[in-house]
Amino acid sequence: MLEFILERANYWAIIGLMMVGLYITFQSTNMIKRLVGLSIFQTSVFLFYITLGKVAGGSAPILYGADAKGHGGHDGHGETEAHGTEAAGAAVDHATDGPSSDEVTQAAEEGAHGAAEAASAYGGGLQEVYSNPLPHVLILTAIVVGVATLSVGLALVVRIREAYGTIEADEVRAMDIVTADAQDADDIELAAEAS
Amino acid sequence: MLEAIAGLAPDVIARHGAALLVVIPLVLSGIAAFMPNGRLGWMLSIAGCAGSLLCAVVLLLQVQTLPGGVVSYELGGWDVPLGIEFRIDALNVLFLLLIAAVGLLAAIFSLPTVVAEVRQEKRALFYAAYLICFAGLLGVGATGDAFNLFVFLEISSISTYVLVALGGNRDRRAFPAALNYLMMGTIGATFFVIGVGFLYAVTGTLNMADIALRLRDIDGSNRAVHAGFAFIVVGLGLKSAMWPLHQWLPNAYAYAPSFVTMFLSATATKVAIYALIRFTFSVFTPDMSFEAMNFGFLFAPLAMIAMIACSFQAVFQTDVRRMLAYSSVAQVGYMLLGVSIGTAAGLSAGMFHLVNHALMKGALFMAVAGVVLTYQGTRINDFAGLGRAAPLTMTAFAVAGISLIGIPLTAGFQSKLALLEAMLDRGWGFAVAVIVISSILAVFYVGRVLQAVFFLPPSNPRKARQEAPALILIPLWILTIATLWIGIQANWVIDLTDAAATAALNPGGIR
Repeated sequence: MLEFILERANYWAIIGLMMVGLYITFQSTNMIKRLVGLSIFQTSVFLFYITLGKVAGGSAPILYGADAKGHGGHDGHGETEAHGTEAAGAAVDHATDGPSSDEVTQAAEEGAHGAAEAASAYGGGLQEVYSNPLPHVLILTAIVVGVATLSVGLALVVRIREAYGTIEADEVRAMDIVTADAQDADDIELAAEAS
Repeated sequence: MLEAIAGLAPDVIARHGAALLVVIPLVLSGIAAFMPNGRLGWMLSIAGCAGSLLCAVVLLLQVQTLPGGVVSYELGGWDVPLGIEFRIDALNVLFLLLIAAVGLLAAIFSLPTVVAEVRQEKRALFYAAYLICFAGLLGVGATGDAFNLFVFLEISSISTYVLVALGGNRDRRAFPAALNYLMMGTIGATFFVIGVGFLYAVTGTLNMADIALRLRDIDGSNRAVHAGFAFIVVGLGLKSAMWPLHQWLPNAYAYAPSFVTMFLSATATKVAIYALIRFTFSVFTPDMSFEAMNFGFLFAPLAMIAMIACSFQAVFQTDVRRMLAYSSVAQVGYMLLGVSIGTAAGLSAGMFHLVNHALMKGALFMAVAGVVLTYQGTRINDFAGLGRAAPLTMTAFAVAGISLIGIPLTAGFQSKLALLEAMLDRGWGFAVAVIVISSILAVFYVGRVLQAVFFLPPSNPRKARQEAPALILIPLWILTIATLWIGIQANWVIDLTDAAATAALNPGGIR
């Protein structure tokens, strides 16, 4: 049981961060806090992708050791293929050892695909196991998107503060209702004049 | 006619059209940001939209003539499953054409309203933001890569938040509306990314055609795929203002600058619906979406609630733009109802209504923009008596409004008829009743405005006879005449939507 929980520490962290973030976003009335909640929520997704990119036993995706000599391609494709299947096999072994769940099968497939992809993309020649670099790249993009969203959001809060004098969402809503009521009263007056 | 337009295109567009479609407006937006005044920015945005429209027309002809019906463009020359692919087939070329055409008309019409509503020093930046938004929407339509789709969705959304907030000069309520939109939109986009993450975990690829291919080999009961489906549907549902995830829409539409409202109502939710169609039909198989996940039984009731509830809310609005915004949510219900039947006829009818709705809502919001410009008011009372003061603007408004109701000889009638036929084919008689009730509610809300426009004495203090300027009237009447033309001669649009539905159901050319 403990093993079951600890093996998935990353996923528990993701779920926890996601719920904390969403809760702050919906519960808080302070607009800055709501944006903070939104950022925490997005962070959980970054962690999710990074976790997906981990290949069992893989190091950071920087060529080292035997791979660092050149960019590969000249030392034997047979080896590469053997290696790809080996990595996949290792991942599958790992999967069958642990409790059967979708996440683990995913990890196995991920490992298989990651290894095969790395081997075929690079034209072969990889001696070591590397984590899948693609999710890291994706998350770099997603972080940039998140920063852009946050900065636009904060700029909007600044303008709200200038226009309303508060950053509490419920106070802003109360002021808007007053404005809308005044307009409605205008409308009724105009309608009375017209008839 | 299309061939003649395509003949004007230089050779480079024939070869790189799929990329240039997005690149032209994106590059021009950077230039527009440095323009000293709004007029130059306006010219650049027209140039950008026209360039994209040309690319879209060329792509349409290529899709129609190529044997597989798929234009595949490898960005940066990377091989397809590894690199990012722009993949145009009959489904998305319809949306690209719609967005580019509406975007061009919107750009032409924008100058007078932007001059009136946006401060002098911000106009060039305003057009830069508009071009980014336009490029992002086209990118969502063109890309064949799931993560790239998210990036383009956020490119267009972030610039949309800025554009909506610029309405704050006129009414401060635009700021909270934009912030609210930002929160909801970001949650939606993030849900979408989580879903893509699940799919990536299972399939190990991000190319949508490749995901589809690999999902076929995977047992339908894989929980990760189901979770991914759920996240993607909710995320895109938020972006497409599916009831009950539409809360951001009415305020954002009501307080944004008139031009932004017009452009967004005709394009932004449509693109999200495209992505939804792409995922439920092409990436996940219809079998999985509609049988394993019961997508139809979730969506059809929500769509029908939207059609009734939001039409009902529209009836009680005093502000014309809010009324039209609620009507937009109701109309999204029509489109999703068509999609949720899961048949080719339903999908085609849903997309047909989508095209028509883009044209008529575009025309309605353009006419409202004209009134905001000349009479400074968006409440129904401000519209009283305008039928005599601005007959050209208001006639176009009336025609588009009648099309919204669905009276014969207008586009709205044709697509509602197609939708009814699709419902009857499927044996969903109750849906027919819902469509009819919703149309009757539309009679009330459109009728309230038309009655004020044509039968009430003018109550607006600026009584002088004043039409909207020609730059508004010309695009407005192009849209209005298109609405009437489709109402009489709908075949050419139906051909396009039928081809799109076929392409969605049989994603051809999968490797």
